[in-house]
Amino acid sequence: MAAPAAADAKNRLAAQEPLWLRLLLTALAIGFLILIVALPLAAVFGEAFRQGVGAYFASFDDVDVLSAIELTLLVAAIAVPVNTIFGVIGSWAIAKFEFVGKSLLVTLIDLPFSVSPVVAGLVYVLVFGVHGWFGPWLVANDIQIIFAVPGLVLATMFVTFPFVARELIPLMEEQGNEEEEAAISLGASGWQTFWRVTLPNIKWGLLYGVLLCNARAMGEFGAVSVVSGHIRGETNTMPLYVEILYNEYNFVAAFAVASLLAMLALVTLVLKKIIEWRFGGSSAIG
Amino acid sequence: MSVQSIAGSLRKETVLPGFGLTLGLTLTYLSLIVLMPLAALIFTASGLGWQGFIDAAFTPRAMAAYRLSFGTALIAAAIVAVVGVIVAWVLVRYSFPGKRFLDAMVDLPFALPTAVAGIALAAIYAENGWLGAPLAEMGLKIAFTPMGIIVALMFEGLPFVVRTVEPVLQDLDKEVEEAAASLGAGRFQTFLRVILPAILPAVLTGFALAFARGLGEYGSVIFIAGNLPMVSEIAPLLIIIKLEQFDYAGATAIATVVLVAGFLMLFVINWLQRWNKRLGV
Repeated sequence: MAAPAAADAKNRLAAQEPLWLRLLLTALAIGFLILIVALPLAAVFGEAFRQGVGAYFASFDDVDVLSAIELTLLVAAIAVPVNTIFGVIGSWAIAKFEFVGKSLLVTLIDLPFSVSPVVAGLVYVLVFGVHGWFGPWLVANDIQIIFAVPGLVLATMFVTFPFVARELIPLMEEQGNEEEEAAISLGASGWQTFWRVTLPNIKWGLLYGVLLCNARAMGEFGAVSVVSGHIRGETNTMPLYVEILYNEYNFVAAFAVASLLAMLALVTLVLKKIIEWRFGGSSAIG
Repeated sequence: MSVQSIAGSLRKETVLPGFGLTLGLTLTYLSLIVLMPLAALIFTASGLGWQGFIDAAFTPRAMAAYRLSFGTALIAAAIVAVVGVIVAWVLVRYSFPGKRFLDAMVDLPFALPTAVAGIALAAIYAENGWLGAPLAEMGLKIAFTPMGIIVALMFEGLPFVVRTVEPVLQDLDKEVEEAAASLGAGRFQTFLRVILPAILPAVLTGFALAFARGLGEYGSVIFIAGNLPMVSEIAPLLIIIKLEQFDYAGATAIATVVLVAGFLMLFVINWLQRWNKRLGV
């Protein structure tokens, strides 16, 4: 018995890298991550505090910063719940039923991830802009969408469209229909079944999707940049105001506002990791 | 009847309600938010006529922008494909203190707003920046050159490769590697002949995802790119410039090219993912 065991151990050892190579690869991986990922994060805070804590906090003593924060929260407060509700509805239709064209529908839901943010903004200008499809009608009725808050919300809805559904569809497909069908056959209504059976089963996946959706909604830049018009105090979200401050060489203020967005990203990452440990999955690409 | 349908054909004929309602709402919302606006782009572009489209989409300045976007996205994706495999390998195979922290860090580019990454990278690689200063002494200029664009796209692309390769490496059967070793293969040989073929579809998928992201990326790039026409001006930026000049034909035509490139990448990625699944890993 001893000989095969020894041979096994030898093979296991031979299927491992020598110590020097393990150390080298580990050092490389840590080095790459620090260089590519951690350094930019450190730079945000380094630049924000470059002229001291006082200058940092003075950056927020600016009505335009406050209105940018307010607008960012407002846009996310509309876009995220709407995309969450439709994400759940879409996942129910796709995961619980079989129908022709299902995989096409899944691809279409994922489509916004393949569209450049700038193009995502442009298409709304072509629909709602002064020269767009509905432009003359909107002007005649004194409704402004482009260069106004509705345009920011629409562009944000476009880029964050897939987040909730793409988390829920694989999760709900994996869980199957048995529990819901049992509830229905016991006399529960569809609504009751959703609230009492489905929702408790998908709550972590749902939270995960909402979290990523929210991070993107608050941080989106390219798409909202096209439809914003950059009107100070009116149509600048936080990322857009960061650009304005930066281009005015007001670096401390630019990085101070950016540091708020960086903290949002860090909180998102921590919550995301907590959810992953609780519910095990990590399917996030995108 | 219901017992039979539950026992018989679970997926095909479910007793669950709401199919018509949920599918109808989904299609309506999808059409309003995604499909109708995209159709507007294709429609406006086709209104230019074939010659008009060609003239607007393929000016020398636009061609330079496509070449730049394509080239920098390709180089950045190739670099992060290699780096990403090393990072994924270390995260899956080795254990060391701080590994969880490192693992969480990989997702940062997904969570950090692109504009924030953009100004941070510009600050780091500017001539007086943390890395820009020592590099400038060696005569290497990164910020405000196409090199800067590659750096920004590497930041955005790295997590795609790591997160695609990681699960495949995790599921890899170690016994196959042990068998290779017992048959006399060296570690490097085992990697090339056994491990690499198994993870290749995942690596290519990650590469394609990073490349596709790089083609359309805007926020993280414009602060570090320099944005010089013909030299360091990416295609998405040119769309915005055309729009600001009220050149709707130009903006629409260039956007159509960028959109089609994105869709082509989507097909490639879907195909790669199916290949990945067929391998059963």
